[in-house]
Amino acid sequence: MKEKGIEFIKSLDRAANLDHEYIVKYDEDTDEKFGSLPYARLIQEHIRSSLIVLDKPPGPTSHEVVAWIKKMFNLEKAGHGGTLELSP
Amino acid sequence: MTGVLPIALEKATKVIGVLMHSYKEYVALMELHDYVDREKVLSVMSMFIGKIYQRPPLRSSVKRSLRIKEIYSIDVIEIEGRHVLFRVKCESGTYVRKLCHDIGLVLGVEAHMRELRRTGVAHLTEDKDLVTMHELSEALYLWNNYKDETLLRKYLLPMEHIVAFLPKILIKDSAVDAIAHGAQLAAPGVAILSNKIGKGDRVAIMTLKGELVAIGRALMNANEILATEKGIVVKIERVIMDPNIYPKTWRQNKELIKSN
Repeated sequence: MKEKGIEFIKSLDRAANLDHEYIVKYDEDTDEKFGSLPYARLIQEHIRSSLIVLDKPPGPTSHEVVAWIKKMFNLEKAGHGGTLELSP
Repeated sequence: MTGVLPIALEKATKVIGVLMHSYKEYVALMELHDYVDREKVLSVMSMFIGKIYQRPPLRSSVKRSLRIKEIYSIDVIEIEGRHVLFRVKCESGTYVRKLCHDIGLVLGVEAHMRELRRTGVAHLTEDKDLVTMHELSEALYLWNNYKDETLLRKYLLPMEHIVAFLPKILIKDSAVDAIAHGAQLAAPGVAILSNKIGKGDRVAIMTLKGELVAIGRALMNANEILATEKGIVVKIERVIMDPNIYPKTWRQNKELIKSN
């Protein structure tokens, strides 16, 4: 299972154009009884710990868009990492 | 304004802040208030690459003090008449509207920004498949009516993608719950680490399955972390994983008692 975890980590690095090498300090595996691979979470857990990279439409503010998404997915909390400039 | 808008759902909101101060990329359409020679436009715009002064505009939510912001690159895509289309990569908090205004001042003709599209937030760029509101509705429809998760899993990324640009440390299962409860990361808990970690770098702490546990600051560089057998190696800034997902291990303590 550790191999799958490391593969996932490397795919994240590739997505971010990182050229890092990994050094093993302690060679241990991970127990599949606890937690899960990030892409294998149960759907509710997946939704509630996810990132949407949205193509924001023109018109509504970022705040309004986030409010729509909260409603669509029935969420308590959702947020964007900053504001796009005020629309003209 | 359109473009890249990273949205964190529920738990992911705990870590979305790391993107707030990251670099951004935009494509902007600037309108000059008079015709200017193409060469002069290109030459003046390239002057704005590097550190520039900016005071936020009247309509802004931040303190309006004079600040220094860095422009990493400006690429003019097309000039047609008085319209200039350009791509700009800049430090977080840079106002492209103000940049256009200032370019106009230096050119002597004044200018304003007509249109702006954000094409990147850190490593999240528009060439990597953005999701539209329409696609999200489709994905939800499929799931609600046909129990089909495929599109939801395609359009909603695991929150680990938020920290993809950070150097990473993978920790042993036995160290996870302690950190989830607020402990600092000590040397014995480290299993695998990136060779590019520098002292003071923000790092992502993850399980050997790749799950995000916490974000912190490395107190020493990769080689030092590798070499040391004890002591705190990362100061935790924010815990993301819930406690009690990985087991509490007292066996580690038993070994510490034995070695003493």
